[in-house]
Amino acid sequence: MALKASDLSVGQVHEEQVCYDLSRTQIVQYAGSSGDYNPLHTDEIFAKAAGYPGAFAHGMLTMGLTGKMLTNWVGDGRLTKFGVRFVSQVFPGDTLTSKATVKEIREEDGQKLVDLEVETVKEDGTAVATGHATARVD
Amino acid sequence: MADRFPIEAGHILLFARSVGDANPIYYDEEYAKTTEPGQIIAPPTFVQASAQFTEDYGLRPKIDQWWFGSGKEPRGSGAPKPPEQESGGGSGGGGLHAEQHYEYHQPLTPGMVLHWEREPGETWEREGRRAGKLIFSESITKYYDQDDNLVITARSVGVRTERPATQG
Repeated sequence: MALKASDLSVGQVHEEQVCYDLSRTQIVQYAGSSGDYNPLHTDEIFAKAAGYPGAFAHGMLTMGLTGKMLTNWVGDGRLTKFGVRFVSQVFPGDTLTSKATVKEIREEDGQKLVDLEVETVKEDGTAVATGHATARVD
Repeated sequence: MADRFPIEAGHILLFARSVGDANPIYYDEEYAKTTEPGQIIAPPTFVQASAQFTEDYGLRPKIDQWWFGSGKEPRGSGAPKPPEQESGGGSGGGGLHAEQHYEYHQPLTPGMVLHWEREPGETWEREGRRAGKLIFSESITKYYDQDDNLVITARSVGVRTERPATQG
């Protein structure tokens, strides 16, 4: 179920809500699966003592949520590159939407590829992660 | 002993759940056979879980060692370690993840056992709006399977701040 180059056009957008009212429990789940137990992410008391308004999500949780939007669109095992900058923190209660915009459709060594601009935003439009991805297409 | 990351189906399932990804290719072997990869694969950011298998990883509590998260006391990243625990107890409350980039050379699948080579990249500084001086440092990690085939190249940028960064 992969994308076809002939069905894509520059500027085309795919968008998905990737989490709704992010729970502290999901952040704990991510700590457990990824192995990043930094208490800044799960320990409200510690995070406040460290000078933050409260515990906040791992950047890599946001990237994982963003990756779900990408694989849902480009298909399984199709990504060749995926990278983001973490530009704002994500807190419990945030609802996030990830968006991919087609920048270029090209061919490299006989393989068709699509370059995407990637952005994940909060409900108020604040960007939390921005970056790029490339996927093989048919 | 060098660190090794055994890729296991159960771990992939737990990881997919933690990012809210219900795609059955991450847990259903029969379904996975009908897909293009033809087997269970790992989600795109799964390799980050190599932290679980990194012996000296500072953000995982170690058995019988002091840990910097809250217990009886709130602690905080600046809390002094008990003297008998000078060498252990984790670190990193003041460091944040600024960027992460992956290049995928082949699908990551259960049964693989990864090993990796990490090398430092560039270091640079910038004045932040709220957090004071920001010191960025890059590291590049190449993940290989048990037959020394390159699977994923990861470039990570970390940032250390003078003050807590309340917005990125």
